Amino acid sequence: MTTHPERFAPHHHVLRYTFAERLNHWLAAGSYLYLLATGLAFWSPWLFWIAVVLGGGQVSRQLHPWVGLIFACSVFYMYSLWSSQMRFGQVDREWWRNLHYYITNQDDKMPPAGRYNAGQKMLFWSFFYGAIVLLLSGLVLWFTDYLPWSLRWLRYLAVLLHPIAALVTIGNFLIHIYMGVFAERGAFGSVIRGDVSMAFAKRYHPGWYEEIIGSANDRK
Amino acid sequence: MSQATLRVQKISGHAGSVPGEDTQRTETVCKLVDTTTCIGCKACEVACVEWNDMPFSPTTFDNTYQTMPDTRWNYWNLILFNEHEQADGSLQWLMRKHQCMHCAEPGCLEACPADGAIVQYTNGVVDFQQDHCIGCGYCITGCPFNIPKLNSVTKRVYKCTLCTDRVSEGLEPACIKSCPTGCLHFGTKDDMTVLANQRVKQLKDHYGFAEAGVYDPPGVGGTGVIYVLHNVTKPELYGGLPSNPSVPLAVKLWKHPLKWLGNLAIVGGLVGLFVHYLRFGPKAREDEDIPSAGARP
Repeated sequence: MTTHPERFAPHHHVLRYTFAERLNHWLAAGSYLYLLATGLAFWSPWLFWIAVVLGGGQVSRQLHPWVGLIFACSVFYMYSLWSSQMRFGQVDREWWRNLHYYITNQDDKMPPAGRYNAGQKMLFWSFFYGAIVLLLSGLVLWFTDYLPWSLRWLRYLAVLLHPIAALVTIGNFLIHIYMGVFAERGAFGSVIRGDVSMAFAKRYHPGWYEEIIGSANDRK
Repeated sequence: MSQATLRVQKISGHAGSVPGEDTQRTETVCKLVDTTTCIGCKACEVACVEWNDMPFSPTTFDNTYQTMPDTRWNYWNLILFNEHEQADGSLQWLMRKHQCMHCAEPGCLEACPADGAIVQYTNGVVDFQQDHCIGCGYCITGCPFNIPKLNSVTKRVYKCTLCTDRVSEGLEPACIKSCPTGCLHFGTKDDMTVLANQRVKQLKDHYGFAEAGVYDPPGVGGTGVIYVLHNVTKPELYGGLPSNPSVPLAVKLWKHPLKWLGNLAIVGGLVGLFVHYLRFGPKAREDEDIPSAGARP
């Protein structure tokens, strides 16, 4: 809470993401975008031009693993920040069962989500486990020439697991961008400026809203 | 034939068709290595290093004739020795010239993501183009023969070129030229196959090698290097020559079903999200009431 002396910002806004959370989010986002771009270049000949635009295939090959390390560190920091809030509970199972209301924008029919709804939790865990698989298989691909011939099965495993894990994160990433930038007004600003309106909290994260109101009442 | 007329038939990491595809037919070239007349003199190793202008490579001593365990980025051709005790207790000293096999269906080329870093000429030679190589090492994963070697300083991968610079000028590769026993032959694939089969017949009829045969593995579409072996049923005895090599299953799965499923999923996801936005649009502003049934008019 370094930028806001109070949890309540002016004009009925509430702090949703601290400076550390926001900075780390954008560290992950920036490194992920680079990894996505260069990874897609290596994935398909039709997209190899991306590597050329980003300084050439050799540069992309050299930097991709290092940026991958940055991304992995960022995701593990996220884990330390958010993992306790990302546990699936009863309300999340209910939320998941009512997903069709969420998709069709009938948000008044959704069960009350906490600070994170079940979709956000799924995103978090897919990125967390995805990052672990990508890191381990990525290390094999990074140092592939050091592996002896007898351990070649590790290479075979890595060339399959790396793109599979990447594809899982890409699917979640696309939905994440869509929700955060296009579908949920106010969500994008929350990860830039840190705050959301009380109405936003009440509508999309009623459980969290109750918590805030409760703690505000406690202070009085 | 000069180098200018070398045409390409396969290009790694290449979008679209191969320029000049099928405009010219060339005989497929082939090396024939007769392991039954190889004396392990290593003249071919020296000739390779000399012709390709590579430095002396330090050797390791392991109490055998084996001067180094494997080929290196700057040592493309190595005789592999094996002292094999036969069922009757007699000893067979097997030696095999180990180098890139120039597969008709090269796993290295299939795995390579860099446009033009690996090409296959119409004469069948698989050649690495280091100026396009990005050093990812996927070719190492794709190769069933453990051939491509990465230079950790230049971050480029190297291997036998089948002396493309010589062959394109109508010369035989340096290794072939240097062989003192004539166990190495070079010519068209058809001619080498005939020659190899003649030698196999000789080995069977006159020398008692009932299991003699030609090693030209179909799993990689046949190779540009074929061997005459005393015992073709056990190629592993000859320095670990795989009995039924093919492009690794993982590479095939990755480059075919996974790639197309993945592309379909990404494009399908993008289209799906766009259509969702058209149909349902953004969620209602938080200070507005949610319209009934959620959908836009």
